[in-house]
Amino acid sequence: MPGSSLHQPVAHDSATLYVTGEARYVDDIAFPADGLHIALGLSERAHAHIMEMDLSDCLASRDVVTVLTAADIPGDNDASPVFGDDPIFAENTVEYHGQAIFAVVARSAKAARMAVAKARIIYQDLPAILTIDDALAQNHYLETPYVLTTGSVETALATAQHTLSGAIRIGGQEHFYLEGQAAYAMPGEAGDMTISVSSQHPTEVQHKVAQALGVPFHAVTVDVRRMGGGFGGKESQSNLPSIISALAARKTGSPVKLVYDRDEDMRVTGKRHDMLISYAVGYVDNGRISAIDVDQALRCGMSYDLSQAIAERAVLHAHNCYAIDHMRITSRLCKTHTPSNTAFRGFGGPQGMMAMERIIEDVAAALHLDPVVVRQRNYFTDWTTAKKAQLTAYHMPVRDCIINTLTDQLLASSDYVRRRQAIESFNQSSPIFKKGIGFAPVMFGISFNKTILNQAGALIHIYTDGSVHLNHGGTEMGQGLYTKTRQICAHAFGISDDMVKITATSTGKVPNTSATAASSGTDLNGMATQHAAETLKGRMAEYLSTLYQTSADAVRFVEGQVHIGDERISFAEAASQCWQGRISLSATGFYATPDIHWDRDAGRGSPFYYFAYGASVSEVTVDILTGESRVNQVDILHDVGHSINPAIDLGQIEGGFIQGMGWLTMEELVYGDDGRLLTHAPSTYKIPATSDRPDEMYIDLYESDGNRSDTIHKSKAVGEPPFMLAMSVYGAVSHALQSLGQYPDTYPMLNTPLTAEHILMTAHQMKASG
Amino acid sequence: MRSEIRFLLNGEEQSVKAINPDTTLLNWLRLIKMLTGTKEGCGEGDCGACTVVVADLNQSGQLIYKAVNACILFLPMLDGLSITTVEALRRSDGALHPVQAAIVEGHGAQCGFCTPGFVMSLYAGYENSMADNRHNIQQILSGNLCRCTGYGALIDAGLSAARHCPSASEHEADLSRRKIEYEYLQRAQDDKAMLSIETSEQAFYAPRELSELASLTRKYPDATFLAGATDIGLWVTKQHRQINRFIYLGRVNALKTISRTDDRVTVGAAVTHAEAMAALATDFEGLAEVWQRFGSAQVRYSGTVAGNIANGSPIGDMSPCFLALGAELTLNHAGKRRQLALDAFFISYGKQDRKQGEFIEAIRLPRLGSKEAVHAYKISKRFDQDISAVLMAVWIRRDGQLISDIRIGFGGMAATPARAYRLEQVLKGHDVEQPLPDAAVSALAEDFQPISDMRASSAYRLLVAENLLRKMLIEVSQDNGVKRLYPSSLPPAPDVPKAITMTMIEAGE
Ligand SMILES: Cc1cc2nc3c(=O)[nH]c(=O)nc-3n(C[C@H](O)[C@H](O)[C@H](O)COP(=O)(O)OP(=O)(O)OC[C@H]3O[C@@H](n4cnc5c(N)ncnc54)[C@H](O)[C@@H]3O)c2cc1C
Ligand code: FES
Ligand code: FES
Repeated sequence: MPGSSLHQPVAHDSATLYVTGEARYVDDIAFPADGLHIALGLSERAHAHIMEMDLSDCLASRDVVTVLTAADIPGDNDASPVFGDDPIFAENTVEYHGQAIFAVVARSAKAARMAVAKARIIYQDLPAILTIDDALAQNHYLETPYVLTTGSVETALATAQHTLSGAIRIGGQEHFYLEGQAAYAMPGEAGDMTISVSSQHPTEVQHKVAQALGVPFHAVTVDVRRMGGGFGGKESQSNLPSIISALAARKTGSPVKLVYDRDEDMRVTGKRHDMLISYAVGYVDNGRISAIDVDQALRCGMSYDLSQAIAERAVLHAHNCYAIDHMRITSRLCKTHTPSNTAFRGFGGPQGMMAMERIIEDVAAALHLDPVVVRQRNYFTDWTTAKKAQLTAYHMPVRDCIINTLTDQLLASSDYVRRRQAIESFNQSSPIFKKGIGFAPVMFGISFNKTILNQAGALIHIYTDGSVHLNHGGTEMGQGLYTKTRQICAHAFGISDDMVKITATSTGKVPNTSATAASSGTDLNGMATQHAAETLKGRMAEYLSTLYQTSADAVRFVEGQVHIGDERISFAEAASQCWQGRISLSATGFYATPDIHWDRDAGRGSPFYYFAYGASVSEVTVDILTGESRVNQVDILHDVGHSINPAIDLGQIEGGFIQGMGWLTMEELVYGDDGRLLTHAPSTYKIPATSDRPDEMYIDLYESDGNRSDTIHKSKAVGEPPFMLAMSVYGAVSHALQSLGQYPDTYPMLNTPLTAEHILMTAHQMKASG
Repeated sequence: MRSEIRFLLNGEEQSVKAINPDTTLLNWLRLIKMLTGTKEGCGEGDCGACTVVVADLNQSGQLIYKAVNACILFLPMLDGLSITTVEALRRSDGALHPVQAAIVEGHGAQCGFCTPGFVMSLYAGYENSMADNRHNIQQILSGNLCRCTGYGALIDAGLSAARHCPSASEHEADLSRRKIEYEYLQRAQDDKAMLSIETSEQAFYAPRELSELASLTRKYPDATFLAGATDIGLWVTKQHRQINRFIYLGRVNALKTISRTDDRVTVGAAVTHAEAMAALATDFEGLAEVWQRFGSAQVRYSGTVAGNIANGSPIGDMSPCFLALGAELTLNHAGKRRQLALDAFFISYGKQDRKQGEFIEAIRLPRLGSKEAVHAYKISKRFDQDISAVLMAVWIRRDGQLISDIRIGFGGMAATPARAYRLEQVLKGHDVEQPLPDAAVSALAEDFQPISDMRASSAYRLLVAENLLRKMLIEVSQDNGVKRLYPSSLPPAPDVPKAITMTMIEAGE
């Protein structure tokens, strides 16, 4: 019997199924031959009244069974996660190009798509507000701007030794999960409905489907075995396909499937918010920043979706890991006639932090300092040396800061200082290729900012052969949650991982769950799993100790055995004996994150249980004639506490970095003047490919005694934080362009994404003006 | 004539009758055969989730393995070939294939949705003995997107699978599978019956001989010529176009040849980018980068060079290269041939000098003389598998430092691929050691007024075109060598698949 796999780099629990093609995703589930398929009819206008809609040709089209419109919804016409402002089908008015208006249900997906094209819809255009600038000009907001302050910014700026101001545009991002949105609805008896869906939030799908059907929540069961990627894009966005499949299943009585085709997916679903962030900063000669006044405007799209919480996280991360006395952060939620932007890895944090890193670099350039020095001068103090916890903008005491030590270690291991000098001298004799090196620190708050969401449940059954069935509210999207909770469960019982089967997340097994999001999957579900396991162990120990006439604390679960005093029996035998003793071998576990609270109105609280830290160094080469760039080397040091599975954590770090690199470099969402998304497929929207991965990439896990907060086995969340490590690429490209002027005081004021076009046009302007 | 489609699927012969010929291989696998291991991520050849491996014979009759995108291949195009899907890679004892095992061991799969596609691309690389260095792996995986892993583990898995030492029984199994595939392909090659499918809605013909092709074009002048389907596949999957009649060029052996005389190379219409890139690497070194960055491995294995020209796309990569080379087309209309300068072929956007029923039979490329060279530059948002925002190809003849003659082809700058005539005039006689003359910049702006779209703005296109000329001068002057970001760490030309011969199989290699 092998020992516990806890803290070991074991393979993903589905690895073998993945490589053999046996792993099933929604579209792979056996589907009856008489099952039906759906295609969506989408708005061709950004903002318009629907004057007339004639779907008779769709209905008459070959293999079509029925069509669905808002009139076919027995319950609420709403797919929104919170605010009730996302119609399933637009009724009188469309508010974005790509919004669903109707659906065709047919015997094949192809037939449904062919039929959709036959709809006749007459629109009357209304004025459309498409961009952040349009919305700002017209004060077109979802709500009054939110302002969070600490200290007195105006006085501090007025009395600062130096001030400067600027603005950065930060592009949005398409999730591009490889598996598109997919839902499969199976009608049951008495109006019941079972949905298999690719979703990070089965409970919300359950609620929204029930509300649309007008049935109690108990009539709807939602199952999620796995997703082919989520990244936040399947948190609220999976509601719509689920509801529409359920409506069609209800109407036709047949099983129905809705699998978005890629273009549909990209046109319909929300993306990462693009932002325009302007700033004023006050600082002194040595680089110490006294005040920042930051104004964040984000393109929310036509409805709230999760924008309020996302904007809030952007605000909470607007000063990254820097202790600044005077801060004002204003957040403007622009309402635009574009897809409703949604959760995406980092949830607003990346944009907020990117602007802060820009501020640092801007200040560094003005002071002729290496930006790393400016960073170090402004960091929160490490907890090991801090006399008193410093406060964030929202007055949360920082008790676990390690960014100074982590930075020192990474600067040393990456040989940063020497490389920076070497690069600057290389550039003097290299007319076409300019190199640059950049650094970025990350401090990311862990927990849902909305306190009530920080709860989770788990369910464990032990069978009489000693095999264990584990279930919890968290979903698997490739991040390795199932693998980690299985390790946690197996470890608790002292059995090997293969004795534990983790089964599809289901609202029928663990109810009222939160989305698997905010990097909290393992923190929450791992703890809930642990609690369920402890309950069962307690029951077993109590019974077995009586049976063997010893005390309960003399019962131990190790290496597939149960030690009861001096007796040793197999875990299977123990399970069987407990069953014979009529002991319940099924238990739930529950966990709610302690010690967190948040008052949004006051802008005060401790919304996070702890912070995750990391830093990266990137080196790039820019072709100054074309604007093309390439990341050559990346060094990362990242803190995952005491890792439950280092292989999975390293995978999250590398994958997060590359995804972040894509966001900042080549991924560009382009909308036409009519509000149509022009980059609606991988032919025009480019995510990093194999050859974009830096040839040299060195990733290390920060060594420590583990999380200072009492998390599951002292680990730290790892889903989102590494995404922001990619900010060092921005610094590196800026550094490369600085060589066009005088180091280090020419600062290129780049926006993102750093496409070849943007880099060349910026370089061109710098040359023209310098 | 034969009306059923026959091919090997995972070693078993399939015979498919009465199916609409625009059924994609992916849909057939997933919906009819219930083989759901092969995934759909985009339905347009861009993500690689649908990658399967096709075994085929090359022009020399040797066995080669091609990774292809099942989502944009029509089922009848597989006639006579052997297809392997991810479900068939496990060994008979259930053990994983080395590429599968390497991905599991190296933690190369997170959500797993891209994984079958990566497995199949690496499998093709493994069979072709190509996956043994990083550069080749980047090429092999150029058409597979993964949103989770960041690729490092997948690159390493490819390398470690290539180092895998097969056991005697694994080796035996590989040999016998190759033998079965080889023999099947040879038999199919010898079966000269033309595949001819006619359903109530659509027809598909796969002639084997030029004469058959000619008579089909006489009979059905409005038929659609189908080559690699890397364009046409998307008409069906994305635009839902109904194509009534296909004439497939890919089984006409006479169109698959590349031949050479002293002064020219002739490329047949059914030659794929992969074949052309391998065969012409030494003739036209300056095109190597463009070819390596053309589409992806999968697209290069399917798409043809002639298809890239026939579609007249203003952003196709080969046309500007061939314009610069001074290529000529051999057009064939019901057996009657004519030669046409490529330049004259492109009339306006969407319009070419090609009669109904006329097809490109071959492309004739003048070989480079001792003082001549070609240089090509591709600008796109991503290095691999992206459509060009601008492509510039320059053919140059030098007399010492002076440019004695020059032809410059551009893509992405006008409504068709186009020569920059005014610019060429200005650069004739220019000394390559001298900076780009201002007159060249204004000539360029007279030659082209490019559009703005999602790939690039008009201003960028003009500026980058101007700078590419500067780069070209720097590269040719004093033999500065190539100044490119893309292949910086890469050898000039990629390795080509190592074809397998029957002798090798019989010798147990
Ligand atoms: C993912 C992806 C990436 C791509 N990347 C690139 C790229 O980087 N650069 C680029 O330039 N293109 C790219 N393409 C486009 C495409 O691959 C090329 O245009 C390809 O060369 C077309 O060849 P084919 O054999 O597939 O043509 P098909 O799709 O079979 O046919 C294309 C057109 O040409 C006609 N045709 C084909 N052969 C003949 C002939 N002999 N005579 C007359 N008409 C003929 C057909 O009727 C049709 O109109 C890409 C496509 C995809 C799907
Ligand atoms: S499904 Fe994306 S390439 Fe075929
Ligand atoms: S593992 Fe998720 S896309 Fe590759």
